[in-house]
Amino acid sequence: MSEEPLLSVKKLSLGIRRTNAPATAIVEDLDFEIASGERFGIVGESGSGKSLTLRAIANLLPRGIEVLSGSIEYRGQDLLRMPADARRRLAGPEIAMIFQEPMTALNPVMRVGEQIAESPRRHLGLSKAEAKALAIDMMRKTGIPDPVRRAEAYPHELSGGLRQRIMIAMALSCSPKLLLCDEPTTALDVTVQHQVLRLLEQLCDDTGTALVFVTHDLGVVNQTCRELAVMYAGGIVERGKVKDVFAGPRHPYTKGLLDSAPDFDQPERELIAIPGFPPNVSNRPRGCAFAPRCTFAVEHCLEEAPALEPALPGREAACFESDRIFEGTAA
Amino acid sequence: MSDTIADPALRVSGITKEYRIGQGIVGRLGGGAATLKALDGIDLELRRGEVLALVGESGSGKSTLAKILVNSTTPTHGTVEEPGADAAAGNRERARRVQMVFQDPYSSLNPRITVGSMLAELLKLHKIVPRAQVRQESIRLLNLVGLQEDALDAYPSQFSGGQRQRIAIARALAVRPDVLVADEPVSALDVSVQATILDLFRSLQRELGLSILFIAHNLAVVQHLSQRVAVMYLGRIVEVADTGELFANPRHPYTRALIDSIPRMTGDSVNDEFDIEGEPPSPFDVPSGCRFHPRCPIATERCRVDDPALMQIGPAHLSACMLAEDLAPYPGAPLAEEAR
Repeated sequence: MSEEPLLSVKKLSLGIRRTNAPATAIVEDLDFEIASGERFGIVGESGSGKSLTLRAIANLLPRGIEVLSGSIEYRGQDLLRMPADARRRLAGPEIAMIFQEPMTALNPVMRVGEQIAESPRRHLGLSKAEAKALAIDMMRKTGIPDPVRRAEAYPHELSGGLRQRIMIAMALSCSPKLLLCDEPTTALDVTVQHQVLRLLEQLCDDTGTALVFVTHDLGVVNQTCRELAVMYAGGIVERGKVKDVFAGPRHPYTKGLLDSAPDFDQPERELIAIPGFPPNVSNRPRGCAFAPRCTFAVEHCLEEAPALEPALPGREAACFESDRIFEGTAA
Repeated sequence: MSDTIADPALRVSGITKEYRIGQGIVGRLGGGAATLKALDGIDLELRRGEVLALVGESGSGKSTLAKILVNSTTPTHGTVEEPGADAAAGNRERARRVQMVFQDPYSSLNPRITVGSMLAELLKLHKIVPRAQVRQESIRLLNLVGLQEDALDAYPSQFSGGQRQRIAIARALAVRPDVLVADEPVSALDVSVQATILDLFRSLQRELGLSILFIAHNLAVVQHLSQRVAVMYLGRIVEVADTGELFANPRHPYTRALIDSIPRMTGDSVNDEFDIEGEPPSPFDVPSGCRFHPRCPIATERCRVDDPALMQIGPAHLSACMLAEDLAPYPGAPLAEEAR
């Protein structure tokens, strides 16, 4: 672990800046590191800020949402403070991203083969013919049948599974060191999801690409990632190895997620929903953001917000009562 | 109503749905009309008081079947019977008996009318209660789905996704249906909310005796809620069995592939014995023989030629695989009771 991390996010806050009022933070004081070749999952529900975090790293924040403070260091360089064109040059050969809905990320009026070839031509300086050969090779690697013919197709002519493979081929065409995935299989059928996840895993193993995988599906995280961060209301509430966290969560929200998700291997287990709703970003409670929904909350939780602190070796949780949560699980 | 236990709530026989596509580009280029068979000979019974899950991938025809059941489209061939319903009853009565809940609670509710007027409109149209009792009945419906009276004067936009789905369910229940057809009702919701809606379906089944056809692609959800499962592939039903039996002892290779594809929350990588390649073929171009054979890891020469029908292979277990008897015992079954 003495090695410099590939990506290091420090005290990152994202939100909406206002002219005559304090900014509204949607994501607050985020800290995490990703080592080379790591597979890191971020789970949480809609509105937890997981996708925004990914977009901040990729420099694709939606209009109106800005980085309020903090840094995103990629191999020791702060992405937020480097010149715009230097940062743009990283997109492709260093950092690439794949999205949930390939149709919105692909150019509808350009043949898919050309779209894959575009980035290698620009970043790797390949000739048109070389880039095309690489594109077809990438398509073959992503398991697209008949890649020579399919390279001439437009996105609308392909099925959802094939489009997702095209996007993966595009993202991996310059062998990036870091691949950001935003729910890449949510729109796919289960058998196709299974193929795509396996493909991602295999390609990342081959190229040593690190993966940041945002999803709401706990099963998908367990299948693809080693490390896990659970986000709630714009902050990380628990972090650790996926298997350890699933076996014994140390934050009540993580426990709530696990208890409410149907597990195919435990058909008889009763599902327990998390009561209440996540807080509104502009009106977060003073203490722990989860306290109003938490069955373990004590008075102290309503007054002070807990920091993300080591709870066990290799595990961090942002909860004052994390030992009790753990015992609750064991019971 | 208990004197008709043997009678199913709905009986679907020989349903076929074809779409002829001839006027457009396909017709002009191909020189003839193409026929898309969305459904190809569906026989199915929804028993009284059960939750029957319908699973399968996109294009398998699940949603087309749902539309036929609620009469929003007509089948090309075949019939939908409602044993026990008044044969002389008109269309409005039929529409009342079978109600639908959709996947996306954001687009299935009219944003311009309040929840109260939406419910009142239905209650008056179908003359469910005397006018004087409409408000009271609306409150009862809201309470039934876990919402309070104050929801009456609110617009759908004021609610979260889970609450909207509750409103959509209240709307479906307003006309006192016998059958609820739910098309992916929880797949747009977050897991913690999903659990409460699944609970709601379960209590409606128990307390109102509703028969529910539950369309879903998440097998863990299906396993949790339903008593029986029907698996669809390319417009056909390929396997039907009780839920426990189907998942412990799947007798169609497609069902096995589906189970193997479930991202498991415990354990390591899934078992890959029944890994299948590719995607479902286009319904324009259904393969000859068994329609699953191009993706099937155990297909034989016979499977390329003969088109198997849905056959009885055990008590209350149907499979459309000619090799069903030869399928080895299933190692990928859920970990069962000893797990916890």
